[in-house]
Amino acid sequence: MELNSKIPEGPVAEKWTKYKFDHKLVNPANRRKYDVIVVGTGLAGASAAATLGEQGYNVKAFTFHDSPRRAHSIAAQGGINAAKNYKDDGDSVWRLFYDTVKGGDFRSREANVYRLAEVSVNIIDQMTAQGVPFAREYGGLLDNRSFGGAQVARTFYARGQTGQQLLLGAYQQLARQIGLGNVELYNRTELVDVVVVDGRAAGIVVRDLLTGEVSSHSAHAVVLATGGYSNVFFLSTNAMACNVTAAWRAHRKGAAFANPCYTQIHPTCIPQSDDFQSKLTLMSESLRNDGRIWVPKDTNDTRSPDQIPEADRDYYLERRYPSFGNLAPRDIASRAALVEVASGHGVGPLKNGVYLDFSEAIGRLGEKVIEERYGNLFEMYERITDESPYKVPMRIYPAPHYTMGGLWVDYELMTTVPGLYAAGEANFSDHGANRLGASALMQGLADGYFVLPNTIANYLAPKLGEAVVPTDHPEFQAAEAAARDRYAGYLAIDGTRSPDSFHMELGKIMLEHCGMERTKESLTTALELIPPLHEEFKRDLRVTGSGSSTNQTLEKAGRVDDFFELAQLMCLDALTREESCGGHFRAEHQYPDGEAMRDDDHFAHVAAWEWTGDASNPTRHVEPLEFNDVHLAVRSYK
Amino acid sequence: MATTTVARGPAKPGARAKRKAPFPVEFYRSALGKKYVMAITGIMLIGFVIAHMVGNLKMYLGPEEFNHYGEFLRELLVPILPRTVALWLLRIGLIAAFVLHIHAAYSLTRINHAARTVKYQSKRDYIAANWASRTMRYTGVIFGIFLVWHLFDLTFTGTNYHYVRGMPYENVANSLSRVPVALLYIVGNLALGVHLFHGTWSLFQSLGWSNPRFNAWRRNIAVAIAAIVVIGNVSFPIAVLAGAVHT
Amino acid sequence: MKEINVTLKVWRQDGPNAAGHFDTIPAPGIKDEMSFLEMLDLVNERLIADGKDAIVFDHDCREGICGTCSLMIDGQAHGPQKGTATCQLHMRKFADGDEIVIEPWRATAFPIVKDLMVDRAAFDRIIEAGGFITAETGGAPDANITPIPKTVADAAMDAAACIGCGACVAACPNSAAQLFTSAKVSHLNLLPQGQAERYKRVEAMVDTMEELFGSCTNHGECEEACPKSISIDFIALMNSEYLKSKFKNRKRLSQHD
Repeated sequence: MELNSKIPEGPVAEKWTKYKFDHKLVNPANRRKYDVIVVGTGLAGASAAATLGEQGYNVKAFTFHDSPRRAHSIAAQGGINAAKNYKDDGDSVWRLFYDTVKGGDFRSREANVYRLAEVSVNIIDQMTAQGVPFAREYGGLLDNRSFGGAQVARTFYARGQTGQQLLLGAYQQLARQIGLGNVELYNRTELVDVVVVDGRAAGIVVRDLLTGEVSSHSAHAVVLATGGYSNVFFLSTNAMACNVTAAWRAHRKGAAFANPCYTQIHPTCIPQSDDFQSKLTLMSESLRNDGRIWVPKDTNDTRSPDQIPEADRDYYLERRYPSFGNLAPRDIASRAALVEVASGHGVGPLKNGVYLDFSEAIGRLGEKVIEERYGNLFEMYERITDESPYKVPMRIYPAPHYTMGGLWVDYELMTTVPGLYAAGEANFSDHGANRLGASALMQGLADGYFVLPNTIANYLAPKLGEAVVPTDHPEFQAAEAAARDRYAGYLAIDGTRSPDSFHMELGKIMLEHCGMERTKESLTTALELIPPLHEEFKRDLRVTGSGSSTNQTLEKAGRVDDFFELAQLMCLDALTREESCGGHFRAEHQYPDGEAMRDDDHFAHVAAWEWTGDASNPTRHVEPLEFNDVHLAVRSYK
Repeated sequence: MATTTVARGPAKPGARAKRKAPFPVEFYRSALGKKYVMAITGIMLIGFVIAHMVGNLKMYLGPEEFNHYGEFLRELLVPILPRTVALWLLRIGLIAAFVLHIHAAYSLTRINHAARTVKYQSKRDYIAANWASRTMRYTGVIFGIFLVWHLFDLTFTGTNYHYVRGMPYENVANSLSRVPVALLYIVGNLALGVHLFHGTWSLFQSLGWSNPRFNAWRRNIAVAIAAIVVIGNVSFPIAVLAGAVHT
Repeated sequence: MKEINVTLKVWRQDGPNAAGHFDTIPAPGIKDEMSFLEMLDLVNERLIADGKDAIVFDHDCREGICGTCSLMIDGQAHGPQKGTATCQLHMRKFADGDEIVIEPWRATAFPIVKDLMVDRAAFDRIIEAGGFITAETGGAPDANITPIPKTVADAAMDAAACIGCGACVAACPNSAAQLFTSAKVSHLNLLPQGQAERYKRVEAMVDTMEELFGSCTNHGECEEACPKSISIDFIALMNSEYLKSKFKNRKRLSQHD
């Protein structure tokens, strides 16, 4: 397998401009002769489908939700970064580029990141034109807030619902195209396989979630915008239905999977309260703008937080990282919380959280200002925990949130399968080993609105006049048959355990052994535990109901099945990456003060894994990373 | 495609309208347009009901004043218009308002029934919808039936009492002195009051009259109008029965 | 943490055209810190253990923002807690021994798919008809070129908070979609960017809405049921916009016909 990143020549700041001039174009009149499939309708998928539809391509969009508006992009709270420098506090495209590369612990591709920073300004313009009600100052101009990992205020936001407003903006553009007939939407339809014919993506096989019917769709190009895989941990901030199936099926058909071990544990989530819990709820990182994080100095302190005097509190982030303080990047803040809880300083009934305290901010700004900034988050917190953050400090703890790893893509966002693209969280491209807050929305929209519609033309242009592979082609037929067998198989096992029970057990293994802190030993243990559990799954799964009408248990079984194989790849990747970087912290590789120790000599590369047919024995390929514009340095937020 | 409702495809706004019609007709074809008509005719009818009630208060000034008021109505706008013409114009306007109000209500009710053909199979627990808002069609129908009877009773023929055309005071006193009739008037007016309580508040919404400056008053105005009309109108049968108004 | 025992009366229906019925399912040992949907997860796990079909219900983010969850709980859309979607409702709102009745949304435009799951594609139709600002990718002017007064941006955001769950329709005695439609109309019509298509938008969206849903009789039940507490003031705004769309001379106002 060859990993050709296809990075254009020239200085980093001119690469995208040069690319846009150099790539092949499809004449507007010819675009309707091309079929493009977009799977997933979150930020990346909806914006890509809408833009391709606007440009004149025949687009088919697929979502397993009832409506494109449900995609989990909607749950992003805090904001979206853009190098607008509206605050004139020293921001620039170059600084956003630099912050993102550094924030990613120098494990991302410079060219991709620069392009991301460059188009970030267009995203804000575009979304504003589409009617996204970003927060404004009294004078009517756009407001900004600051976010973790940056010393400038460059985050645009719409209350605590930025993801919702951006997704609805993209959804509305998509809806317009659907209304105009340029995009055909297939809702409640899940991808179950990717079809590759003659080494090129030919289409997909899908399952209708209402009828269980399996069918094929062919196209000249296929875009996967199917999100991340944090749900491999069972408990995460992802929505219940988020899964890796689309990316994993593509991987099994030849798309390399890059850096699966780069997972982000978000520092500010509500701590787990019990085993029945189905998911963890994120409290926006923006809370760290005004909230101060602390734990009692004494591990045996049982006083209520308001009774603990300042002298007995440890504001550990402010102590350890004086210049960034409570706004230290996510990986650092998460690990610091882990250290506090592991050393017995945790708070709450299960001693599994740290305080995020607003009393100082409320005293300084008044309750009204705090309510305006975070009112909806405080309400959500109170609904879940029955405690008011206006009165008592929030309790927070890190939870799996975002996955920087994903399908390997080149500069054009094309996977190792020609004609198969991955966009948004589903690809690995821009965040390196750690994603900065408010950058996921930026990347999803950059990919969908501005990158893909350009790069896809370069692939399609030479194929003018070529017909799509008919869906009665043997490859399609075989994939359809395999998919039918697969779902019939889950029903036929008739064992004793539900898909959820397996998922929960797998999640516990992953969180314990491949979570915030990993060791060679823990990863080896995980790799010993997962295959037998997967075998048990195949032997003892119980799915009730039938395959011919809506069956959520059956849907879940298919998703958990794929998580098992991904889980092994994550552990293998974590095991072979003998360094600590960003969200990947190997306990063996740390400085005496507990900071992550990178090994640039041996690991300044992307690890892209090739499927070999055996989940426990994939092939590792390497794409070296070159840093010409950002100097490799120890990441310091002190 | 996994969808069980309306087929997708290019949206065709206004596909429902069959033929191009003059714009008020086209507007009335939409449910929102019907709500406007409900609200505007509602205002006309409220105006009539209040004027009717205020005029009837003359009853307490004695037969002469009251009968003179009846004559005044027939003499309205004379000599600009011939005698009774103004009154008839008002009556025609009123009848038109009634017809439109009822037609709009009927059509909207049909739409609403079609919008939920299978009802909830368990008990609903309403929070905001009150007894008045959910019984509009019943209070409307009760009042409508009462109104027809009322017209026969005091305007057209009289109902089994000594009816004399042109002698409204005596007719009222004779008719309402019968206890069942008096009760009927009370019931009819209570139904009207409940109808007005929701209708008056509702018309502000339907007409898009929403403004933080007066929104808090919308409910109060509805309560006031309903209360004034009910108190005024119910006082008549009670006064007759109590002997304060008699022939 | 407290444990309670409840009994569920759940609507079960095999498919869109099948006849449905209530199933009585005991749910003992429910921790009061569970969310309502976690309680249903647990009930489903027990059903699977008994070899029975799990209850089908829509849900996804469980943070009250995606709008996928629904459920008529004890006669109220999204259950008894004001301004709260079902996924954020917690069992501490219920008492030991309670019987909890769970029904799907009911409206002709929201046909039942299975059990408690309904099809809300009718909402998408309304958006497809006009719930957007035509601003194709590329060529947007600088975001700060048009200052938008904070009050206007805030009002637009209040309307835009709609999660499209359908509780307004479910709660409305008339199955009207006025609150959903007016929220989107108001969000876009309030903003300067939305002015060009202002009248065309409200006309197209209202017309599509009326093909599918009932009419508003101003009960106000939708606002109470709305998990985002969106105000019925927006319905009044939509009504006046609709009237204007019919009567204003759009050409002279440079607003799309």
